[in-house]
Amino acid sequence: MFSIDILLNAIVTGILLGSVYASLALGLAITFGILHIPNIAHPTLVVAGAFFVYTLAQWGLDPIVAAVIGLVPFYVLGLALYLFYSRVFERRGGANVLQSLTLFFGLSLVVEILLVLSFGSELKSVNVSYIGSSLKFGALTVPYRLLIPALLGPVMIAAVWLYLSRTNSGTAIRAVAHEERALSIAGLDPAAVKRHAFGIATATAVVAGAALIMIGPVEPFGGRFQIGRVFAIVVLAGMGSIPGNLVIAIVIGVAEALVASYLNPSWSPGVAFAILLLGLAFRPQGLFGAAR
Amino acid sequence: MKTRRQFHKVAAATAASLVAPAILGNRVFAQDKPIRIGASVSLTGPLASTKNGLIGYELWRDDVNAAGGLLGRKVELVTYDDQSSAANVPAIYSKLVDVDACDVLFSPYGANLSAPVMPFIKQRDLFMVGMFGLAGNDVAKHDKFFHSGPWGPNSGRDWARGFFDLAKAQGVKKIAIINADLEFSKNAAKGGAEVAKEYGMEIVFNQSYPPNTSDFSAMIRNINAGDPDAIFIASYPADSTAIIRGVKEIGISDKVKLFGGAMIGPQYGALLSSLGPELNGLVNSHTFVPEPTMQTPAIKGFFDRYTPIAVKQGVDPLGYYIPPFYYVAGQIAAAAITGSKSVDPKKMAAFLHANAVDTIAGKIAFNEIGDWKERRVLMVQLRGIKGNDLEQFRSPGRQVILDPPSLKTGDLAAPYNKARAS
Repeated sequence: MFSIDILLNAIVTGILLGSVYASLALGLAITFGILHIPNIAHPTLVVAGAFFVYTLAQWGLDPIVAAVIGLVPFYVLGLALYLFYSRVFERRGGANVLQSLTLFFGLSLVVEILLVLSFGSELKSVNVSYIGSSLKFGALTVPYRLLIPALLGPVMIAAVWLYLSRTNSGTAIRAVAHEERALSIAGLDPAAVKRHAFGIATATAVVAGAALIMIGPVEPFGGRFQIGRVFAIVVLAGMGSIPGNLVIAIVIGVAEALVASYLNPSWSPGVAFAILLLGLAFRPQGLFGAAR
Repeated sequence: MKTRRQFHKVAAATAASLVAPAILGNRVFAQDKPIRIGASVSLTGPLASTKNGLIGYELWRDDVNAAGGLLGRKVELVTYDDQSSAANVPAIYSKLVDVDACDVLFSPYGANLSAPVMPFIKQRDLFMVGMFGLAGNDVAKHDKFFHSGPWGPNSGRDWARGFFDLAKAQGVKKIAIINADLEFSKNAAKGGAEVAKEYGMEIVFNQSYPPNTSDFSAMIRNINAGDPDAIFIASYPADSTAIIRGVKEIGISDKVKLFGGAMIGPQYGALLSSLGPELNGLVNSHTFVPEPTMQTPAIKGFFDRYTPIAVKQGVDPLGYYIPPFYYVAGQIAAAAITGSKSVDPKKMAAFLHANAVDTIAGKIAFNEIGDWKERRVLMVQLRGIKGNDLEQFRSPGRQVILDPPSLKTGDLAAPYNKARAS
């Protein structure tokens, strides 16, 4: 059945979902896209962020405020994780992709079990006044449950992009992925730069976690359902392209919403990968990535 | 020794005196060794919310052992974590049977995890109590398999028939059906569609969605476009929340009389407390609610002991949906063992096919493939919920039983929008 109302609502819902996907993928865009570290534990760290937000929300804090408070501890967590990763692999010269994948897969399992031990295996959610009501413009109905988390994505991506493109330390992060030795010659410690970048990537997980738990309840194993989609976004955007991350996430979100509205919602998990395959067929370096 | 013959006699007597105690001792040991009950439990993974069932097993084991065991032998539970993965199940059950030498098996939780073990128990002719696997034995038709869950006969089609009976009584002509792309939900939706057709209802919308879908606004708009009188939903906890919130955000037609049916989630404390008043008006399936027609001293006693353990372990403090039926599984096994005076699968099964069993969930009689002869799935309507306090769900009147008629404690409040606002 076709109606302009359903089409309009599907497109808007897709844009909102896409913005949330962009938040989820941002950390991976930094670790995998810029640092080339295949941190498949990132979606699990997002879930950990959601539990952090849930904990503070129990004390009456708004999820967004809780996420802002969580930026520092998650940044420190990221520093610690990178320190461990570099001690185990990079300093021994053995940081190949397979070993890194194994490490981060193990890390995600450990985080999941820690969450189960700390919070139990039940679904956790937050209750705030704007969840359950909608903004209405004529035929358009926009649930605040989607709108508020969706706004976090562009704000966070803009902040990270400005930081990476307009500051010296941001430039150092982009440079370290290309030529570590040159960075050393310039008097900078590549390990410290990478550690800082990993910290930023992990800090984004708590904001993405706040978005996730505002949309719906989360459980410790929820990160597993996001891995495929976030990797598809990062790869298709082009390794390291932060604004491209947002564009591709929105394209995937809109495509999923249109498929759910007009074809069958069961097909929507395949949408991200179908777009990924098509995109890579035409531009192997990703749609917004520079050719290398 | 004067002669060789005398020497042989003494030697034979000595050998016999040495060997006999060992032989006799072994026989005594075999009778004294515990009866082993083997099960896999989802302690981790996506189904970890069902791990509170283990409390039911343990309470039953403790009760049986406190009463002297079964056939004079203690009962021992042997459990492994299947990590909610069907891939782990065959190896676990092979170990339970071949290495741990378990006498009785309890299945993993639900149809998805139970399916891989059914060919194994059929081939090895083992005795098993099934744990919530909808239509779990309909294909294998193993005669030594018995359900602890109250799905009843022809459960693949009929377990949610109560919802459609209520819809029929309300004069529902058009129905919408949505379900998650998972075994239980797919079976529920397929069976529901068959019953709807049997009752002459037109299915105006019938669609599935992938697990962990977080936004249902498109689906709800499409359902509204179909203008149904009732909506049957077979969902899992996270999607149940998203659907209920989606209905609140997008709105639904005043024509809809019944909403719900097979939503997993609103049976658990976590969702009841997080959604609170948003659940008002929902008509949904359940296995136990604290309504006057269901409260017996036995089930009350069970929950009096369950609750403090659950609170301590950080699992669902209500535990109405699963734990009592894990205790019931133990009672079914106990009845089979004591009734047949044996742990021989054939004798135990023969006893259960011939005799009804008294349990904390009432008297259960089984048909030839181990289904309860009488379906006892509840259709309850959530009402009068105020705030998010979980304790209110321990009071009668919050989850009113509409079906089956034998346990009914109230009439349907309809339409859904009116019941929702009350």
